[in-house]
Amino acid sequence: MTAITFIRDLFDLLLVFALAIFVGFEVISKVPTTLHTPLMSATNAIHGVVLVGSIFVVATVFGAHLNGALLTALAFAAVVLGTINVVGGFAVTERMLQMFKKKEPAKK
Amino acid sequence: MTPLGPYLEAREIFFYAATLAAVVLFIVGLKRLSSPATARMGNRYAAAGMLLAIGASVWETNAIGWWVILAGIVIGGAIGLFSALKVKMTAMPQMVALFNGAGGGAAALISTSEFFVAVFGRGSDALSLNLLVIVSLVVSAIIGAISFSGSIIAFLKLQEWMTGRPVTYKGQQAVNALLALVIVALALVIMATIGGVPWYWYVAMLVGALIFGVLFVLPIGGADMPVVISLLNSFTGVAVAITGFELNYQLLIVSGTLVGASGTLLTILMGKAMNRPLTNVLFGAFGSTGGMEPAGGASGGGPQNIRATSAEDVAVMLSYAQQVVVVPGYGMAVAQAQHSVRELADQLEKKGVTVKYAIHPVAGRMPGHMNVLLAEANVPYNQLYDMDDINPEFPRTDVALIIGANDVTNPAARNVPSSPIYGMPILDVDKASNVVVLKRSMRSGFAGIDNPLYEDPKTSMLFGDAKASVDGLVAAVKAL
Repeated sequence: MTAITFIRDLFDLLLVFALAIFVGFEVISKVPTTLHTPLMSATNAIHGVVLVGSIFVVATVFGAHLNGALLTALAFAAVVLGTINVVGGFAVTERMLQMFKKKEPAKK
Repeated sequence: MTPLGPYLEAREIFFYAATLAAVVLFIVGLKRLSSPATARMGNRYAAAGMLLAIGASVWETNAIGWWVILAGIVIGGAIGLFSALKVKMTAMPQMVALFNGAGGGAAALISTSEFFVAVFGRGSDALSLNLLVIVSLVVSAIIGAISFSGSIIAFLKLQEWMTGRPVTYKGQQAVNALLALVIVALALVIMATIGGVPWYWYVAMLVGALIFGVLFVLPIGGADMPVVISLLNSFTGVAVAITGFELNYQLLIVSGTLVGASGTLLTILMGKAMNRPLTNVLFGAFGSTGGMEPAGGASGGGPQNIRATSAEDVAVMLSYAQQVVVVPGYGMAVAQAQHSVRELADQLEKKGVTVKYAIHPVAGRMPGHMNVLLAEANVPYNQLYDMDDINPEFPRTDVALIIGANDVTNPAARNVPSSPIYGMPILDVDKASNVVVLKRSMRSGFAGIDNPLYEDPKTSMLFGDAKASVDGLVAAVKAL
């Protein structure tokens, strides 16, 4: 990789990174305390997108015919952990949110 | 490892469109999650985005190694789904900690696999590392590993499989600093040589990071666990974002950064709610030094003038009140008393009493922990009040009913400068006409500090398991 492409790649990625920081702050800046736990749980589920990285790694390992015991085990474990993060994260958030119901205050 | 080949095919276009859609769904989903009315929709948007992203990545890679992916997803999915559906609502915080640790572990494993691919594939140009890849590989491995082992310690502490108290020893900070230096030094050598060191240097660095995660959470006490879980959540986000740099894939960068940024903001908000800068939470070993001393010498080695009361007396007091404010805490969670609390509130409302709930931002073990439990018991969320909204109400309140909360009601935070929690905003329950405290025993709270509230002449104590006590109150109110 030449220095030019390297720097261009780096800045492309940094640009995305910088914008995402602002969006991350903006999107949750006005959240009520009531939703802090479900929100934390949902963001927890979203970083489960690391599973996509695990899938790429499996492809790299097999694509390069390096699928010996060690690398297969590492990539497999990465998929398992990533999936636990995704599935567990969304399921637990859904369970929390099922409990939020709007009701009239019971005042007479 | 770049998904972008030299030429663009239909498959590439589909892949990038799916990536874009996933990013939009994540952002819109998060936005919806910040209002109770749309929160469920928001979670489903995000889940749909995730499904799309996973499907697209399998498609993009031609499902190479599909049996490993399939087996991993089936096993991981079963574990995740089973534990998410089986966990009690009270154990939710430690469950989130575990799921978070899994994400951090996955990031570390991805980096480790990439490192060994380069080691085994040495000589092949396609598999060699460049500076961007090695730097992000090393950083995401370190942060992911810290998040993994730190989350496990947070889980063990909250599950009470190990002590929730801060674990401290002499020279702890020096040991941590030294370990951090060793990790950084190894990381710099690995980066400078573009991975051209023996593989065990990398493994040593990874093991160092795992140990660091353990040491980093050990001295932090249970009172600060909400902040720690939130911080570790944003750590994993950052690790995932950096994995995106490593794999040159924007979806990971955007999603990881979203979580990293929002998690950091949440952590800061929580620190503010406790009036303690983050550095103090992380390095203060809260409750281990200050907590052992009686708060400001006010109580001289434990509370003395305690008035115990009976369910019948409290029932009378509650039934003839105009306004009752319920202050739930961790004691309500462990006793699973939320349904009984709701029933008590229903009985009181039948008698024309106004019932409100005061939610301190760090009540329980996680921000919003109490809200989730009360929501489970069908308490309408417009009866729940944040600290700033409820505090002006206390002078007009006849009875403040404290159910298993302690440190968040401790007036020492307001007027005893030597107290370790001095300056932390609290619920001003002592301004109510009467205070009733439901408590298991006279043991101090999670922060290990005496609470002078219990010696206030206005205060009476009802000892026992929170659920049993509240059930007793319900029966007594009905009998009136």
